[in-house]
Amino acid sequence: MYVAVKGGERAIRNAHAWLAEERRGDPDVAELSVAQIREQLSLAVDRVMAEGSLYDPDLAALAIKQSRGDLIEAIFLIRAYRATLPRFGASRPVDTGAMACDRRISATFKDLPGGQVLGPTFDYTHRLLDFALAAEGEAPEAPGRETAPADVPHVTEFLNREGLIEEAPPDDAPPPDLTREPLEMPADRALRLQALTRSDEGFTLGLAYSTQRGYGRTHAFVGELRTGAVTVEMDVPELGFAVEIGEVVLTECETVNQFKGSKTEPPQFTRGYGLVFGRGERKAISMSLVDRALRWEELGEDDVGAPAQDAEFVLYHADNIQATGFLEHIKLPHYVDFQAELELVRKMRREAQDAGAVQVREAAE
Amino acid sequence: MKDAAEPEASSPDPDPNGPRKAWMGLMAKAPEGRVAALLDAAVTRPAFTWLRAPEIGSAMVRARAGATGAPFNLGEMTVTRCALALETGEIGHACLQGRRKADAAAAALADALLQTDAAPILREGVLEPLQAERDAARAARAGKAAATKVDFFTLARGDG
Amino acid sequence: MDAQTLSGGFADPAIDAAHAFRGVMEAMARPGTIQTVGGAAPPAPLSPAAGAVLLTLCDADAPVHLAGAADCEAVRGWLAFHAGAPLAPPDRAMFALGAWEDLMPLFAYPVGTPSHPDRSATLIVERADLRAEGATLTGPGIKDRAALSLPETAAFQANRRLFPLGLDFIFTCGDRLAALPRTTEVA
Repeated sequence: MYVAVKGGERAIRNAHAWLAEERRGDPDVAELSVAQIREQLSLAVDRVMAEGSLYDPDLAALAIKQSRGDLIEAIFLIRAYRATLPRFGASRPVDTGAMACDRRISATFKDLPGGQVLGPTFDYTHRLLDFALAAEGEAPEAPGRETAPADVPHVTEFLNREGLIEEAPPDDAPPPDLTREPLEMPADRALRLQALTRSDEGFTLGLAYSTQRGYGRTHAFVGELRTGAVTVEMDVPELGFAVEIGEVVLTECETVNQFKGSKTEPPQFTRGYGLVFGRGERKAISMSLVDRALRWEELGEDDVGAPAQDAEFVLYHADNIQATGFLEHIKLPHYVDFQAELELVRKMRREAQDAGAVQVREAAE
Repeated sequence: MKDAAEPEASSPDPDPNGPRKAWMGLMAKAPEGRVAALLDAAVTRPAFTWLRAPEIGSAMVRARAGATGAPFNLGEMTVTRCALALETGEIGHACLQGRRKADAAAAALADALLQTDAAPILREGVLEPLQAERDAARAARAGKAAATKVDFFTLARGDG
Repeated sequence: MDAQTLSGGFADPAIDAAHAFRGVMEAMARPGTIQTVGGAAPPAPLSPAAGAVLLTLCDADAPVHLAGAADCEAVRGWLAFHAGAPLAPPDRAMFALGAWEDLMPLFAYPVGTPSHPDRSATLIVERADLRAEGATLTGPGIKDRAALSLPETAAFQANRRLFPLGLDFIFTCGDRLAALPRTTEVA
């Protein structure tokens, strides 16, 4: 029960003022600009866009500045802003096959059309703190190489040619949208993918890891991981045709898992799919493992009771804004509730004491 | 391998909207401020009336499960759109990524002007530079990616 | 689409829609009162008030059914451009617009469900005339009684009996409107 609590205006005003001061930190230190955050903390910006579910790097950078680097607080700001925007429409599904790949690797095939392109990755760094970065230096410059445009087809296409991997047949029914209709169970794959792409990275990572440790029976290979820009196309009714409205950077992960086959299906590989805004590789891989785990039913597998197989558990706890909303609400005054609890505990102790006293008397008699 | 006996596939009729789609897409993907700068260097902005003043909203980006399967909603992106009519009647539209009212206004004006006799000036002054800039930027980025492409080689083993 | 279709929207959508919303809200809250709602210039045969209501309340998530003369190329285009509202048959409409006879039969529209009585249609009824006289209205938001020139009474009495389900009505004429929510008793 919530009680209307008065008298906090002055305290709140002062709290806001102090927050602004703390946010700024030492005034002798240069102030952080939104552009600096956008350019130099771009992976944080990417996470805020992905979980805030709104692709706009400047807004995400502003949210990070305002939230003092608390990314879930920044995601909250972005979600709130998103809710104020009128929606003009939906894009045509993006073609990740036509992505201008900055990075594209496969753990399943060494030599593939387009090759293994490492991109600007942390993977081969030694994970030693680089104290040279503590001092400002010259802008680094990466070497380039002459190249002709090349096709970078999806790896799953060649596995498909031998019929070794389950197909993902196209379908054009408009997908459900959990920003419009509340998420209800059972959720189809489109809804699960939407929920997973905006889910908390840590929660999804933990669940994905659990499937690798035996909570679920998936043994995943990264068939392909690619990061780069794709164009976004949208139909404009008053024009009568679709136009390209911009580009977004996406990270896509296709995992490949074994399936034993059934009476009707020969054994083939099955798939997990992860796709996120920005360069969120860890999130894309995690998403594809969890996507695969949640597909146990449609693939005729057993429910081994793994948390990652439980759609309700996964989907209802994966959104960090919903989670923190309810979590943090317990900070609100619950004074009356607690008074009631206090009275109850005291009463129970009194009754226990009285019962004890009666027993002693009876024993004495 | 194409069978020599196969008849040549007839090329489909060119899309009448093709050129307009191409220039609208090019302007939408241009970096902030470029369209306005090139437009103002090429022409004096003509008078026009707003049919829809620039407004900011969102578009839901969709993708396909498994890259080729059923569509799902990936997340929204900010979009700015507007529509205007020149005094001579041509209608210009813009619908582009981001919260960029000035860019949208410039793109819609250019779109309208590209439907008039001024089209060649717009092509030379706006579209060609934008295309060149975009091609150069993409080539540079592709070059950096190519430099990180692994050239596998196998070590020759001894014969003994 | 031509310039005609593309014009006639709110000049300042945020402000104009807020004014129009206020007008509809007042009309619904005080059934029988007549409010002035301007700002829109839709194509014929739509009244400015009906146009303003569509621009204010309809978007891509609110399917609209256009009935009778209202269902014409110009109106379809205007609605698509300015509101982005999809068209729908009566049974899937959230809003329906037309003259009273053209909107019939009323049972074709969704009246909501017991768990979601709000998933019902709102009918925008274009009238040649709109006056504070005729049928007698009583109920929530009405002090004692009010009067409104309704096209009939039987249909509204039947609708009232469905409460909490039912339809809600907005009557438009020129730049004026009145409303009849499902809570109002009509005699």
